[in-house]
Amino acid sequence: MTIRVGESAAAPPFPKAALPLLQDQQLRGNVRHATEVIQRKRAQVVAEQTDWQELRSAAAAIREHTLQHLDRYLEHFEKACTAAGGHVHWASDADEANRIVAGLIEQYGGREVIKIKTMTSDETRLNAALAARGIEAIETDLAELIIQLGHDRPSHIVVPALHKNRMQVREIFRDTMNLPGLGDKPEDLTAAARRYLREKFLRVKIAVSGANFLLADTGGVCIVESEGNGRMCLTLPDVLISIAGIEKVLPSVRDLEVFLQILARSATGERLNPYNSVWSGVAPGDGPQHFHIVLLDNGRAPILADAEARQTLRCIRCAACLNVCPVYRQTGGHAYGSSYAGPIGAILTPQLMNLEHGDSLPYASSLCGACYEVCPVKINIPEVLIHLRGRVVRERKSTLNPEALAMRAAAAAFSNRRRFEAAQRLGRIGQIPLTSDGWFRPLPGMLGNWTRARDLRALPKQTFREWWQQRERAGSKGQ
Amino acid sequence: MRISLFVTCYNDTLFPETGKAVVRLLERLGHTIDFPLEQTCCGQMHYNTGYQAEAAPMMRRFLRTFNDAEAICIPSSSCVAMMRDHYPKIAAESGDATLIRAVDDLLPRIFELSELLVHKLGLEDVGAAFPHRVTYHASCHSQRSLHLGDLPIRLLRQVRGLEFASLPNIDRCCGFGGTFAIKNGEVSAAMLAEKMDDVRTTSAEVVTAVDNSCLMHIFGGLHRAGSPVRMMHLAEILASTGDGAGV
Repeated sequence: MTIRVGESAAAPPFPKAALPLLQDQQLRGNVRHATEVIQRKRAQVVAEQTDWQELRSAAAAIREHTLQHLDRYLEHFEKACTAAGGHVHWASDADEANRIVAGLIEQYGGREVIKIKTMTSDETRLNAALAARGIEAIETDLAELIIQLGHDRPSHIVVPALHKNRMQVREIFRDTMNLPGLGDKPEDLTAAARRYLREKFLRVKIAVSGANFLLADTGGVCIVESEGNGRMCLTLPDVLISIAGIEKVLPSVRDLEVFLQILARSATGERLNPYNSVWSGVAPGDGPQHFHIVLLDNGRAPILADAEARQTLRCIRCAACLNVCPVYRQTGGHAYGSSYAGPIGAILTPQLMNLEHGDSLPYASSLCGACYEVCPVKINIPEVLIHLRGRVVRERKSTLNPEALAMRAAAAAFSNRRRFEAAQRLGRIGQIPLTSDGWFRPLPGMLGNWTRARDLRALPKQTFREWWQQRERAGSKGQ
Repeated sequence: MRISLFVTCYNDTLFPETGKAVVRLLERLGHTIDFPLEQTCCGQMHYNTGYQAEAAPMMRRFLRTFNDAEAICIPSSSCVAMMRDHYPKIAAESGDATLIRAVDDLLPRIFELSELLVHKLGLEDVGAAFPHRVTYHASCHSQRSLHLGDLPIRLLRQVRGLEFASLPNIDRCCGFGGTFAIKNGEVSAAMLAEKMDDVRTTSAEVVTAVDNSCLMHIFGGLHRAGSPVRMMHLAEILASTGDGAGV
């Protein structure tokens, strides 16, 4: 079984993928602007919620409890959903999920489907798999439509086209919808999308969605959204097929009290999402008459066994960690080479992929901790990053690679006073050919990554401990 | 009071002036300083880079060296964070009950410099004078692990002649991140460029912090760009008495 997370299999390592993005001033400006706007809105609505920290604790506790009893809650969900007239399918990986979805569409005689934004289907690369079987997938979320028409990749979990500004969106719509006179005001663009999509909503009989939450007690599925396209897809077609990671389950519909509050505030800085839909199975004469849900593992189950990293699966995909991340701010999401960008992507993708990309993604962070501070389910992302770095060193790295050798040499130097002092003296001598006038010249190898953008002062003539001992010998309190 | 100094490996080697300033400052305040020569490194670089097996012996060495210390002053918030955030876990994983007790016993005795001054010694005015315009960079560990809040700024505001300039976006990382600056040098440099712009807007002569690691990064960028802004650890400003010492 090979696990794929979007286009992660062919993705270059983060430092390399970041290079062209750092040169794209337009993209970086768009990312900075968009993330700052969302952060400001989030800060306002979080500040007005006086029990925010209690809500976070409750959300973390509910998610942690659910993950510890995930088998039980999934069985409850399957039973309740089936009793309500839904059909539950289990997929061990992306290919199996795609095969199930494509098979269902063919079974109902469809050649096209309308889609609500679902990162899980981006994870499985569902659209490409459907296209290979002659089925057209039509994205109806505004941002996903921009991505699809522009042959682009999503760069953010909640706002997939945040790296594009409205002038760029206008060009995409103008060219692909054949609207030569299209303006670039928000109303112009949404009106164009509305005209384009309305015809699809009324014509296409099969919809594909993701899920924000699965409710174990009622067998319900919950989707929150801002545009109303979701409500169209969930109510108009005859057939609805949803795809969800197995970790998306909550014990009870009552838990939505907590999660609808924290998700909207964290994700879009709204007090409540404009559209909150919950449905259970099918209702005769009302809405889709055939409902299928595909529950996807795709590398999640092994994460449950890792007590320290399991908290990764608490994630409710709010993307607050992306918006606040100083690294994401510089590169946007494409550098992460996965459906999941930013700090959560840096810990989720390598875990789903059995530590593939482990030697780049967990290191794509300065461990500043801003992500943990905003996470509504209290995922200690820096702790998980460090844990994954440890696993990569222990499980994946040769003990003879240059970094491991350097780390062992440093550890030996720190193992006692004499060795440490010898290393300090050696450093002072060793630096002579590398320095001039008290500064290092451009350094070779990995250390050149420092001197390319920063100066570095040469080691001083006397260490602190040499000064201290000299002073002790002199028996003086002065210098 | 007898205060033990853990100067940290990189201050010892690269920034001896910071250690000297801590000694001058605390002695001026009437305390006795002890510097155990057996000290080396807290293990942070190894631990955070994934070499956790190598960090454990460094923790044991630290515990042995400072076993009898009454209060330990550490002029580096990231090293304090290493101890508070990770030593309990390293000890728990060892399953060694003595080691777990030793860590429990250690943690209440370690203080980052501004914690020591304000919380332990109850001081905000340490009698310093430094007639310069200064901005303060709040390092990530000082904010989000130690939760220092405005402790260092309260200390700076009591310094005679010091003109304090707030740094915009004070809660944003400078891009250092230890080995991050090497492994992701270009992204780190992009983060640094923004921090340098923020420092420039303050028109400060000196940028200070409670971590020389971040300062080395910010100053390294500023110096490369030909900026006259200097870096000084908080200890060096607080040790100054306006007569040129420590400036």
